[in-house]
Amino acid sequence: MTPRSLRTIAAVAAGKATRIALQRLGRGATALPGIVALNLAPNAIASLSATMTHGTVCVSGTNGKTTTARMLSDIVRAAGWAPVHNRSGSNLDRGIAAALLADSTWGGELRGNVGVFEIDEASVPRVLTRLVPRVLVVTNLFRDQLDRYFEIDALAKRIAQAIAGLPDSTTLVLNADDPIVAYLGQSHRGPVLFFGVDDPAVGGTVAQAISDATRCPRCKAPLRYTRVILAHVGDWRCDHCGLERPPRDVAAAAVRLGANATEVRLAGAVTGAIDDLVVPLPGLYNAYNALAALAAARVLDISLSTAARALKAFKPAFGRLEIVEAEGRRLRLLLVKNPAGFNAAIGALLETGRRPRILGALNDRDADSRDVSWIWDADFEALAPRIEHATITGLRGRDLALRLKYAGVPRDRVTVVDGWAPAIRAAIDATPPGEELVVIATYTAMLSLRDALARLGYVGQFWED
Amino acid sequence: MDLRIGHLYPDLMSIYGDRGNVIALSQRAAWRGIDVETRTFTAGEARFDPDWADVYFFGGGQDQGQDLVGADLAGPNGDALRRSIAGGAAVFSVCGGYQLLGKEYVPDTGEPIPGLGVLDVTTRAGKVRFVGNLLCETDDGKMLIGFENHSGYTYLGPLAKPLGRVIAGHGNNGTDKTEGAVQGRLIGCYLHGSALPKNPWLADQLISWGLARRHGAVDLAPLDDTDEDAARAQAAEVAKTRT
Repeated sequence: MTPRSLRTIAAVAAGKATRIALQRLGRGATALPGIVALNLAPNAIASLSATMTHGTVCVSGTNGKTTTARMLSDIVRAAGWAPVHNRSGSNLDRGIAAALLADSTWGGELRGNVGVFEIDEASVPRVLTRLVPRVLVVTNLFRDQLDRYFEIDALAKRIAQAIAGLPDSTTLVLNADDPIVAYLGQSHRGPVLFFGVDDPAVGGTVAQAISDATRCPRCKAPLRYTRVILAHVGDWRCDHCGLERPPRDVAAAAVRLGANATEVRLAGAVTGAIDDLVVPLPGLYNAYNALAALAAARVLDISLSTAARALKAFKPAFGRLEIVEAEGRRLRLLLVKNPAGFNAAIGALLETGRRPRILGALNDRDADSRDVSWIWDADFEALAPRIEHATITGLRGRDLALRLKYAGVPRDRVTVVDGWAPAIRAAIDATPPGEELVVIATYTAMLSLRDALARLGYVGQFWED
Repeated sequence: MDLRIGHLYPDLMSIYGDRGNVIALSQRAAWRGIDVETRTFTAGEARFDPDWADVYFFGGGQDQGQDLVGADLAGPNGDALRRSIAGGAAVFSVCGGYQLLGKEYVPDTGEPIPGLGVLDVTTRAGKVRFVGNLLCETDDGKMLIGFENHSGYTYLGPLAKPLGRVIAGHGNNGTDKTEGAVQGRLIGCYLHGSALPKNPWLADQLISWGLARRHGAVDLAPLDDTDEDAARAQAAEVAKTRT
């Protein structure tokens, strides 16, 4: 047994006691035990995670961090390791501490041997002061909850400063297609692995309205894109200073998008004789998540076939394309929190060729973004002509209904309903049996809808997995 | 009848859903049978055509974007925009755009940065960033709702009139209870949200001003604003109870 400071042991015990008390109350205990432990021993994360023999992987970025971290957690498990993972999506440092507590003994001994931590992008600088990861994955940086994070340039700068403080034993895994993320590699003195989508058939040539980074992250001159995949993500180059999309270590040579799965043909240095990778989730962004997880697995020296096997069996996380059956209707749950995430989700939805029936729920609590203006940056205009019917609810449902009106959805296709259960009722009634209902909601709205669905007997609580 | 909308620097100055203002202007004109054309104007382009647009939208940006736009407005594009405004074009500006139309921005350290100088306002870097719902009321009792997110504090000179009086939130500078500025057909404010969809009377005011430039005074047909009013009421309730 590794010696533990009394302080850490006391903090662990207090945190674990909190966890048990919360669970007796039927609560998820995804953060509060961590707050308790961190208050008693601020170095609890470093102390608890230092013993992990395979080290720690931190996954951050605006979109895809939950799915990428879950994929990676499944991959390390397939490799026979025991991950400690903040699976419930509580991704501030308190959530990481809570995950460590859940997987440690009362004496502060960890049961796992590899950490897989999803980290809120604004918390990266703080978390990196608490632990030194073996791998740091950054998926992308988009305009997100700006009232909390303010501006993307400032955030990228803070993350770059934190990265500059990392030792060269840490490997960065970065999205080559996102100029802001790729440029973070320049701040690191250790190794950097890049992933990206090389398939020339993916993406258009025009930057989208929500682009945050049409300017070079180094010299601020306009970037030139030969391919735009999503917002500022694509095949980019600065003609002024010569900064360009770096060579990819893990890349998709071809991506085939289906209604329920995405197939990826790998290119570049990692390819051996291997079948196409199958990810049982629709949407190009899930191809990116899989590439990020694969690249991290490569740093951990896990075989590609092990990783591919884990990915093929992957099940999505809370509100990320979960399927729930209710009264003969198929509910597809989509968590959205920013324009880029919305556009990616909508892109995946429209690829199915259906005329979607929607239950849309907009909240404005802290975890959703108190500023709901992001809905005006999201491309509802692409969705509007295809909507069969939309039921709208949430603390700011009226803003969402207004957004649909200005996107051109005929008023008689929209119903605004107050209350979670009544909204679910109305949306199910507006969906014929055998058809699909797409539930699009922000974080706390999704929690409330899930809760209401559970009370109707349609779904389990999300922290059970 | 047609309305020409100029979107100023959309690649550099469009943040927090500012695009919704252009959508609101163009939809509310289109719903009345007015033909709408929108053009974008951006930095480093050939000189703006000062005779084209009837109404401009100028949004907020990140610091980087604001610097580039400030530099561009110091050149021929700034002269063109000034001429356009002198020729009767209306402007709706938010946050960074509002600050850049003013006389100057005084940073924490260093020299004041001159603005376009068409609005009689001055902005100073503040210590505390104002983030939250912002509810205000105009002199004639109209409500305005939005979401503010700024660390520049703006002070009005004698030529500019406040757009409204703050009921909840901080507004121009957090002390004098004013929000925004009106001067001729120019409006500046700190209302993101987007502002115009939830404040349709303001959108219609701007459309009227824009049409007046080439078509004279036009009576706008009324629209059914039930959804707009409901969204404003819901947001106002949040501003009063949770901010």
